Amino acid sequence: MNLSRRTILLAPGLGYLALFLVLPCLIIFAYSLFERGTYGGIDYTLTAGNYLRAGSSLFARIFLDSVRIAGTATLVALLIGYPAAYAIAAAPRNRQMALLVLVMLPFWSNYLIRTYAWIVLLNNEGLINRGLESMGVIQEPLPLLYNEFAVVLGLVYNYVPFVILALYSSISRLGPELREASFDLGGSSWTTFRRVTLPLTVPGIAAGAVFVFVLSIGNFVTPDLLGGGQRPMLGNLIYSQYLSARDWPMGSALGFILVLIMLALLFGQAVFAHRAAGEVEARGVPAGAPR
Amino acid sequence: MRAGLLRAAALACVMSAFGGTAFAEGKIVISNWDGYMPPELLEAFTKETGIAAEMSVHATNEEIMGKVTAGGGQGYDVLFVSSPFAEALKKLDLIAELDPAKIPNLANLYPEARNLSYDPGNHFSVPYAWGTTGLCYRSDLVAAEPTSWMDMLKPADALKGKITMLKTDRWLMAAGLKALGYSVNSVDEAEVGKAKELLTEAKKSLLAYDDTTFYSKLVSGEASLVHAWDGWCNYGIAENAAIKFVVPKEGSDMWVDTMTVTKASENKDGAMAFINYVLRPDVHAWVANNILYKVPNQKAMETLDPALIAQYPNIGMSPADLMKQEQLRDLGDGQKLYTQTVTEITFQ
Repeated sequence: MNLSRRTILLAPGLGYLALFLVLPCLIIFAYSLFERGTYGGIDYTLTAGNYLRAGSSLFARIFLDSVRIAGTATLVALLIGYPAAYAIAAAPRNRQMALLVLVMLPFWSNYLIRTYAWIVLLNNEGLINRGLESMGVIQEPLPLLYNEFAVVLGLVYNYVPFVILALYSSISRLGPELREASFDLGGSSWTTFRRVTLPLTVPGIAAGAVFVFVLSIGNFVTPDLLGGGQRPMLGNLIYSQYLSARDWPMGSALGFILVLIMLALLFGQAVFAHRAAGEVEARGVPAGAPR
Repeated sequence: MRAGLLRAAALACVMSAFGGTAFAEGKIVISNWDGYMPPELLEAFTKETGIAAEMSVHATNEEIMGKVTAGGGQGYDVLFVSSPFAEALKKLDLIAELDPAKIPNLANLYPEARNLSYDPGNHFSVPYAWGTTGLCYRSDLVAAEPTSWMDMLKPADALKGKITMLKTDRWLMAAGLKALGYSVNSVDEAEVGKAKELLTEAKKSLLAYDDTTFYSKLVSGEASLVHAWDGWCNYGIAENAAIKFVVPKEGSDMWVDTMTVTKASENKDGAMAFINYVLRPDVHAWVANNILYKVPNQKAMETLDPALIAQYPNIGMSPADLMKQEQLRDLGDGQKLYTQTVTEITFQ
């Protein structure tokens, strides 16, 4: 393929990215350097004040809270998603598709509806508390809603399918040969998993983890609805600066910081995946396993 | 099914015959809060006046304010906003001077509604609904009937974790300011600072901040006492008669939701015809029955069924009593202090 044809083929995609990703990010960055107008909007006076405020203890704490909540959600999603992906990859080929469709099934309904459904389940008069009470397990309703637990639960629930898909593609690519070889050489199931399957699926783990983390840390619907606004995250802060406080420059500064975090994470993940693929090839195992 | 199809086809024919240019040019776009108007109102308006109207919704004052300041009001003809926002839009020169000759039904309003502090004489805004903010509670779940803002801000132990508060900046701040005896429009840093301290402390006893579903939390029993707009408390009363509303003894704010016409409107006559239509006693009474808020229309209020007022006592609050509360005003530059303070309280 000559250069000009490649350019032509790439142009629409790259143009799209430039127009709808790079340019908006640059606009956000520009806004973040100005002051807010009295009634919202931008007052074109240069200032570093937004970034200084972003570093204040209040904002730093929300940032750390968000990292902790998103990190917990990521960990839990991996712990749930890995066995599920492993089981799907190990299922007979003709059933794998059906299982994957089941994993994607929640996406057929709206995110908000699914989140509200959790409110119905978790509230004091909800199905879970009512059920446990009628069985006599508890006397007082458990505090399941409007706390960090509910937020993590909501995030895990919504993003676990992404983890399963990322891990499934990573695990199913391995094929049975390497595991069989490990068994032939006397490795137990556990040893085989720990020393063969797990290391080879690290890129899938990293991809799934970054997915959940990035989506979680910017999420504002779940912390608002399930956390009752009591556990606000970075996404809520940005949302509030744009829509309630009408402080676009502050929202832009926070948004730009979030973009930088995500870029760093995605870059790290790409480097990680590249290195893992390189190692596998260096050991003489083709990256895309043979069929 | 078939009939529906036929009707749709017939409608399409009629629309293509009469629609086209005449309607397209005259069409007005109205932005209101979702569910803050009978759904059939626009249709009835179009049927009567021949002016096509389209509904757009906003969730908050801030949202529509953001859209209008960003786009200069293009694409909208009538905006429903709370009075401080109408005042701000006027200062930004985004809303138009109204022509009283085109809104003769202004005469149906209460005298008080013609002379509101932010716009005496209704030069740029027409009140649509008005009321106050207070405590909405389950009388069967609270040990004592609340009477003071402090019953919410420094609650008894039994109420802790059973309270929600509004987090929209003006109303969150108003609760703290009024509890301390200050003005709801205070921009004095010391006063705002004290209110912030009180509200930050109060946050510890909250179940949640909630601007939209607080009444359903009362109905379900998750909350026993919520910070609420009077009319919105009525949605709870509708489902549970044990729910009551009280204006705290320290006083509260008086808010007015207004109708305004954008300066960018290309059909200001149509927009004013719409406002005039809403102000017709039967239409405005229809609104009151539908949204369960007090409307500032004397002729409309006089036609309300006494049973409605018996069920929702706050609808019966007289304009004179309402005027005893403090009218919310635009804070100008002071708004920055409020939004920063509210960010610091709610994200604490």
